[in-house]
Amino acid sequence: MSSRDLILSKIKAVPLEAKELPTIPEFEFEGDLKARFIASILANKGEVITKAEFFSLLDSGVFEKVYSHIEDFSSFNNIKITEDAHQLNDLNLAIIRGQFGVAENGAIWLEDRDMGLRALPFITEHLVIVLDSAHLVANMHQAYDRIGLQESGFGLFIAGPSKTADIEQSLVIGAHGAKSLRVVLI
Amino acid sequence: MSHPIQAAEFLQDQAKSKWHDETLWFVRDKRDKISKSVPEWENLRELASQIKDNVLANLGSYLEEFEKNAKANNIHVHWAKDAEEHNRIVLGILQEKRCNAIVKSKSILTEECHLNPYLEKNGIEVVDTDLGERIVQFLNQAPSHIVLPAIHLKKRDISEIFHEKLHTEKGNEDPDYLTHAARIHLREKFLSAKVAITGVNFGVAETGEFVVCTNEGNADMGVHLADVHIACMGIEKIIPKRAHLGVFHRLLARSATGQSVTNYTSHFRSPFPGKEIHIVLVDNGRTAQLARPKFKNSLKCIRCGACMNTCPIYRRSGGFSYESTVPGPIGSILSPGIDLQKHSSLPFASTLCGSCTDVCPVKINIHEQLYEWRQEITKAQPDRAKSLAMKIANGVFAVPFAYNLSGNMMRGALKILPDSITYSGLNTWGKQRDLPELPKESFKDWYKKNRK
Ligand code: SF4
Repeated sequence: MSSRDLILSKIKAVPLEAKELPTIPEFEFEGDLKARFIASILANKGEVITKAEFFSLLDSGVFEKVYSHIEDFSSFNNIKITEDAHQLNDLNLAIIRGQFGVAENGAIWLEDRDMGLRALPFITEHLVIVLDSAHLVANMHQAYDRIGLQESGFGLFIAGPSKTADIEQSLVIGAHGAKSLRVVLI
Repeated sequence: MSHPIQAAEFLQDQAKSKWHDETLWFVRDKRDKISKSVPEWENLRELASQIKDNVLANLGSYLEEFEKNAKANNIHVHWAKDAEEHNRIVLGILQEKRCNAIVKSKSILTEECHLNPYLEKNGIEVVDTDLGERIVQFLNQAPSHIVLPAIHLKKRDISEIFHEKLHTEKGNEDPDYLTHAARIHLREKFLSAKVAITGVNFGVAETGEFVVCTNEGNADMGVHLADVHIACMGIEKIIPKRAHLGVFHRLLARSATGQSVTNYTSHFRSPFPGKEIHIVLVDNGRTAQLARPKFKNSLKCIRCGACMNTCPIYRRSGGFSYESTVPGPIGSILSPGIDLQKHSSLPFASTLCGSCTDVCPVKINIHEQLYEWRQEITKAQPDRAKSLAMKIANGVFAVPFAYNLSGNMMRGALKILPDSITYSGLNTWGKQRDLPELPKESFKDWYKKNRK
C-alpha cells in the first residue's frame, strides 16, 4: 500500500463524530480605518508618507538603484529588470502598488502581477508600497472576502520591514529582507 | 534523562534562568495586552477551535481535496508515513536536482524528523536561515522554543559564536551589529541555494495553497531565489477554506509574540513559471494521536508558543529540559504519544494551573490532557510514575483529591515566598522547584502583585 493510502486508511479507521463548520460572523469595527491603518503600520515599524514626501525623498538621490513596478514612478527607474531575481541583489529601492490594506494590522495585499518577480519586495534594500487610501478594509475577514478565490500563483501580505528579535528579544529592523517599508498613502 | 534532572541543570545559572523566566513572561504580557485590544478575541478562539474540530473530523477528505487542488496548480504532492520516509523524499528531490546545499526556514516538522543530520550525513549542507535557528545551528543545538529558537541564549553567547563563525569583532554584543553580520552571511547563502525548504503554517483544502508566516522574510528570500521549493507539512495543518485563514491570522501572531500580524504572510498556490514546488505531507504519529480520543485535540495546535511563554515550569526550566522537539505544555502532550517511555516525565512537568489552556488560541484543553497522560502513565508504569511524582511534586499531582486540596495551601505559600527564595535554589522544580500547585486565579493575582 502506498503511504498515501496507508495514511488515509488510518484516518478512515478512526471513528469520529461529525463536527459542523462554524460561520464567521461580521465583526464590527469602531473608529477610522485610515487612522487605524497608519497606527498599525507604525506599530510594525513601517512608515506612512505622502506622495509629496515620497517625491522629495526620491529627488534627494539617497537611492542609487531604483526599480518601480508601477507606471507613475517609472521615470525614476534606473535599472533593467531581468528574468533572474539574483540580479536584484544590489537594488536599493523597489516601488510597488498594493491592492488593499488592512486597518487592524497594517497588512497590505499583493499578488504576482503587483511584483513581477516574487523576490522583489524581499531582496530590495528598501521597499515602498503605494496604496490608495480608499482601498482599506477593517480586518482580516474582510481581507479574505475581498481576495475571494483569486488565482494568483503567489499572494502576499506585507505589514512591515524585515525584522527579528532573536538576540535577547531586542528588536532589530532589517534581518534578511527590506530594511524599511514606506507606505505612500494616496 | 528526565525533566527534573534537566531542569536542575538549567537552573544552575541563576541569572540566566531568571532572565529567561522574566523575558517569556514579558512576551506573555504583550500577548495579553494585544488580545484585549480585539473585542471579539474570545469569539475568534471559539471559531478557530470549531474549525479545527471540523478539520479533525474530516481530515481524510480535506487532505484528498488539498492534494487534488495542489496537483491541479502544478504542485508535486508527496506523502510520508513517518520521519524516515519524509527525509528520504526530501533527499530524493535534492539528488534528482543535483543539489548539495540548501537553505531552510523555520520548520518544526523537519526538526521532529531530524532532517538536518540526515541530509548532512548524505553530504548536503543545510543552512537554517531564521536568525535564531542559525544561531543554535552554529552551536550544534536544537531550538529551545518553537517561536523563539534562541531564547535560552544571552547576547554574550551569540557574540562569541559569531566571532568564531562569522569573524565579528570579539566582545561586540550589539544586536544590530550581530544581526547585520548574519544578514550578510545569509544573503550569500540565499543567492547560491538551488533548493529552499520551508515549513507550512496552514494548508488550504479549497485552493490547494499553503501559507508561511515570518517576520524576517527568510522563507521568501530562500524560495524566490531557488529553483525548487520543498514545503514540509504535518497533515494536521490543513484547514478547509481560504476564508478561515482570516480567523487564524488574527490569532496566531497576537498569541505568539503580541504583534498584530507577522510582517510577511505568503500564500503559495502555484510555482513561478519555470520553477517547482513540492509539498511533503507527513503523518509521523499524527494518525495515531487522532485515534486517541483523549488526546486528539492536541492536533489542533497552530504552534504559536503561547502555552510555553505562560507556563511557570517552562519559563523556569528551559526548552531543553523537555528533550522533545516541541517543548512546554503542548509538547508534553504530543511527545508521550510518540514515545511514552522516553517522555513519561513530561506530563508531570506542570503545575496543572491551567494557564496554558487559558491562552491557547485554538482552545486545546492542555492541562486536562496533561492530567490524563498522568493517569495513563500511572497505569502503565506505576513505579516510574510514583518516583516521578515524588521527585517533581511530592506526589500531589497523581492523586485527584490532593490536587484539589493543595491549592489553598500553596496560595498561602506564594504570598510569603520572596523572589530571593524562588531563585535561591531552595525550592524545587527538579531540585529547585517549589509552588507546585497554582490555581488559575491566585496564580494571576500573584503575578500581578509580585512581578511588576
Ligand atoms: S497548544 Fe495552543 S498555545 Fe500551545 S503552541 Fe499550540 S496553539 Fe499555541
